[in-house]
Amino acid sequence: MALPAQPRPDMPPPQPIESTNVSYSASAKRGPAHLFLKQGETGDQIFKIAMLLCGLAVLGTLVLIVYELVLRSGPSWHAFGFKFFAGRDWDPVNEQFGALPFIYGTLVSSLLALIIAVPLSIGVAVFTTEMCPKALRGPLSFFVELLAAIPSVVYGLWAIFVLVPILSNYVEPFLARTLGWTGFFDGPPYGISMLAAGIILAIMIVPIISSITREVLMVVPQHQREAALALGATRWEMIRLGVLRNARAGIMGGIILGLGRALGETMAVTMVIGNRPEIAKSLFAPGYTMASVLANEFSEATGDLNLAALIEIGLALFLVTIVVNALARLLVWSVTRGQPARASA
Amino acid sequence: MLTVVLVLVPLFAIFAYLIYRGVGSINWAFLTQTPKPVGEAGGGMANAIVGSVFILALASVIGVPIGVGAGIYLAEYGRNRFGDAIRFTADVLNGVPSIVIGIVAYSIVVLYQKHFSALAGGVALAIMMIPTITRTTEEMLLLVPRALREAAYGLGIPRWRTTLSITLRTATSGVITGIMLAFARVAGETAPLLFTAFGNQFWNLRANQPTAALPLQIFNYAISPYDEWHRQAWAGALVLIVLIVTAVAAVRFAVRRGTFGAA
Repeated sequence: MALPAQPRPDMPPPQPIESTNVSYSASAKRGPAHLFLKQGETGDQIFKIAMLLCGLAVLGTLVLIVYELVLRSGPSWHAFGFKFFAGRDWDPVNEQFGALPFIYGTLVSSLLALIIAVPLSIGVAVFTTEMCPKALRGPLSFFVELLAAIPSVVYGLWAIFVLVPILSNYVEPFLARTLGWTGFFDGPPYGISMLAAGIILAIMIVPIISSITREVLMVVPQHQREAALALGATRWEMIRLGVLRNARAGIMGGIILGLGRALGETMAVTMVIGNRPEIAKSLFAPGYTMASVLANEFSEATGDLNLAALIEIGLALFLVTIVVNALARLLVWSVTRGQPARASA
Repeated sequence: MLTVVLVLVPLFAIFAYLIYRGVGSINWAFLTQTPKPVGEAGGGMANAIVGSVFILALASVIGVPIGVGAGIYLAEYGRNRFGDAIRFTADVLNGVPSIVIGIVAYSIVVLYQKHFSALAGGVALAIMMIPTITRTTEEMLLLVPRALREAAYGLGIPRWRTTLSITLRTATSGVITGIMLAFARVAGETAPLLFTAFGNQFWNLRANQPTAALPLQIFNYAISPYDEWHRQAWAGALVLIVLIVTAVAAVRFAVRRGTFGAA
């Protein structure tokens, strides 16, 4: 380490560093290691304050987000109150705003994505941790994580030009023939639909869910597996009883984290969902989500009330994703760390 | 296992199709010209490529120092309730939908400036970069052996110099990896730029003016009804991914060489 040598002090008063508490064993020897120069103290104070300001900026950002959203959605809240979330009309011309179609679209497209993505992600995670040959393990998880690096607008582009034609030519007619009687797969197969949004969201959240599930599965002790096998369990029983059951809280956390991503995803969904503020039972019908109405209408909002209504949708989306994410973090933490945020030095 | 195949198929399909369409549509004009009006063939996205780089530079200038600083605070002083609060906030911020961040950047920058601007886009992306950088910086600093710090204290080096010249320096490559992760994540973001940077058909390098960005241009062209614009959207997507991958690879390479040189 090429450091300019500091002059040694004549009689350095032994001063412990202010309680840092880096978990450094209970014995915590306060030896000469904790001496430091008097002349460094001002520098230390300035540095500590500067770093503290950066930390406060993180806190401040969240406060600012909440403050701005609440402040600017005020007019809409005063005009509609709770009815805003139950109203089905979205009519900027007559200044009537109800967010129900968007909430419905967000929920349905995200749930659809989860239904498709969860089994796939758990399958991928189980395969990579439990049964995959070692040589394949690295490249496989690399590829799955590569999916996470693709910008969402590129997913949307692919969805418009590849996924939607496939859906409208093959998948939707097939579903209409076989499952049309349920009413969920009804109507003209245009491709641009709630179903397309759900599928593209599923592709986007698979990497998140599977990488967290993988992490959680790796923490399951090896004894569990050996014990299950020793009791005569087949490999599948071992995975189901010995591994998955132990890891279910963490897996649940990963799923909810994926849900959080799906709820807030904007671009890819906007490009394929059709953007029509209606509530339809059929998954072939176009819909609209909270995030995509913001993307489409925010920069073209016609009046203050319209803007406030849009920001209120943003606020609702923000609150929902925060609750969902906080829940997910707690679940994942409870499995992988024992207690929240205590990485040891 | 069937599931793996099912997951890998769309991945390969996306990549293969992207490269197939992208390579087929990219040409010199695309990289050097500004967009042509509807109906005229040719033209390119040069202004959007430069605009993206410009907005990302603004975002990094704002986001990186704050993120790294907050990470240092958490690692060196943050073993307490307050530190936990910041940690939790950073994780929460990480999950805020990007479109909501766009709204906030709109209301704190655009409403005061009275018009869309590159700066607003930079602020939005910076807000998205900070939590990732903070958490990875903290993790990387905590990996630095305690003995190294104690050796520095033992030499009589003040704590702040120890943090900057010993701890941070040792963790450089990890910290930069975190920064690149954050960078790669925001480089393709479209939603927060829709009503901050807004887009522009012409060259612009002034921070207070609307500016074109590659993801925005891809989005606008993709939802347009013109074949020529679809072609350019694919070329844009390819350029975007190549830019992200090369930026990340270049910095990683530089860091690896840098640390070997220093050691």
